[in-house]
Amino acid sequence: MHQLTFRKYLVLAGITVFSTAGDSLLARGMKELGNVSLHNFSGLLLAVLNPWVTAGILLLLTFFACYMSALSWADLTYVLPATSLAYVLVALVGHFRLHEAISLTRWLGIALIVAGMGFVTAGPSVTPSHQHEKSPDALPDTASQEIRS
Amino acid sequence: MKDLHAWAAIAIIGMAATTGDVLLSYSMKRVGDVGELWKRRGVLAVIRRVLGTPTFALGVMAMAVAFYSLLFGLSWGNLSLVVPASASLTFVANAVAARIFLHERVGRRRWIAALLVAGGVVLMAL
Repeated sequence: MHQLTFRKYLVLAGITVFSTAGDSLLARGMKELGNVSLHNFSGLLLAVLNPWVTAGILLLLTFFACYMSALSWADLTYVLPATSLAYVLVALVGHFRLHEAISLTRWLGIALIVAGMGFVTAGPSVTPSHQHEKSPDALPDTASQEIRS
Repeated sequence: MKDLHAWAAIAIIGMAATTGDVLLSYSMKRVGDVGELWKRRGVLAVIRRVLGTPTFALGVMAMAVAFYSLLFGLSWGNLSLVVPASASLTFVANAVAARIFLHERVGRRRWIAALLVAGGVVLMAL
């Protein structure tokens, strides 16, 4: 079974970490600003001036670069579960930094997500697609064959 | 009322994010492995190639809609409700959309993973 290189695992880890950190900083900034409503649309545009929101956006841009890189060599249905640990991290950050409660069902949810992540990462990252248009520069190096499942 | 706002934001985030994910995944598959391209042609070639893919801009636009909906949603609901709930919706929609539009072969392993994660995310939103 084809294994991802260490660099590619780093990219997947980057997706997880940067999206979590970015979302958390955004949430902190938006809490500071209070409720934004449609009647107060300029408030939403001014939100980017809040330093927490700015930092959050920068981290989310880093996340986006990692995400695009991953999508260039792995299937969407692989990248999403493989990086789903981000939701667990978001809950933990919400719990420890923003003091939001984690109930028993939420802990159960965390367990399921971790299990799902283990399932998909044990399989191939790319499935051969019949009508896959290969651009001349694309190398077939990561095209692992789907074994059976 | 606040809850209704939060769930409306969650629905919009989910739909916009799915559209964006599918368009971006399609674009990046056309671009090819950016790591390889970077090594052989440099980072400028990567940027030029990515920005030159028309569906990439469409995907970014859909993501921008999802992002601004997220900003709205976060000001109405808890971080640990809005993020997991919209993610769960995006997740299920994406698995279906990737099969239909991207022709990815979603095998047994991926369905199990998708259902486990989506179920887990739903539990987290309860």
